[in-house]
Amino acid sequence: MLLTLNSFLILGAVLFCIGLFGALSKRNAVSVLMGIEIMLNAVNITLVAFASSSTGTAHGARLTGQIFAIFIITVAAAEAAVALAMIIAIYRRRNSVDVSEINMMKW
Amino acid sequence: MDLASISFLILAAILVGSALAVVLMNNIVRAALFLAALFGAASGIYVLLNADFIAIVQILVYAGAVTILILFSIMLTQNPNSKNSNPGNHQWVIAALIALGLCAAIVFSFAQNSAIANGAGNAVTAASTNNTVVIGNLLYSPTTYSYVLPFEIASLVLLVAIVGAIVIGRED
Repeated sequence: MLLTLNSFLILGAVLFCIGLFGALSKRNAVSVLMGIEIMLNAVNITLVAFASSSTGTAHGARLTGQIFAIFIITVAAAEAAVALAMIIAIYRRRNSVDVSEINMMKW
Repeated sequence: MDLASISFLILAAILVGSALAVVLMNNIVRAALFLAALFGAASGIYVLLNADFIAIVQILVYAGAVTILILFSIMLTQNPNSKNSNPGNHQWVIAALIALGLCAAIVFSFAQNSAIANGAGNAVTAASTNNTVVIGNLLYSPTTYSYVLPFEIASLVLLVAIVGAIVIGRED
């Protein structure tokens, strides 16, 4: 078996779909966040795979995918911090982190 | 079968298995620990792709920081009365159908795209230079083409997120 770009892309797609299932089908808000983290990781794997198979010759063309992955990691860390702070604030107010019970913004 | 293919297969099995464990486990603490295993295996994939800097950052940020954050928030929000700490909701059938359909669509589009299917970018070339030096130049260099402005904006995003997390999470 030869290791091609295709195998990494399919791995990324499978991981993304597992994460999507987790984010859609869980009631615990922390679980939903874990599903989103899996999806972000799948996208990172795809970007890095494209970067390492790129044949561009321009300055930095071969590493642009890796730069994008770094920015995604940055934003994912910020997102995790804010989301977990919100989950803790909601738990303090409602004594529950069940996303199907959180309806304060519904009218 | 060369060494790279074998390690790819092992890492892919760990990745998919622990992702399924994160999604399907009934105990949320175990799910979070499988998430740490998933982050470690993903950094192995980055090493296979000659992205050593990303691999180290992945371990530092994800396996180190994000896992600890998630474990702490599980600890702070655990309801002691519930047996099943990681319940699914009533729409899990629809969610499974959507995920499977999306997966099939993506894999089908890979098969249709001849450039990818024929291995035109025949992937995974050996590292010629030190990636970290090139990434450093691409991120910071003030004279050549670089991503200085997005980098500064990213640091601003991080600052705002930290301050926002403190403001949202503090007791009032």
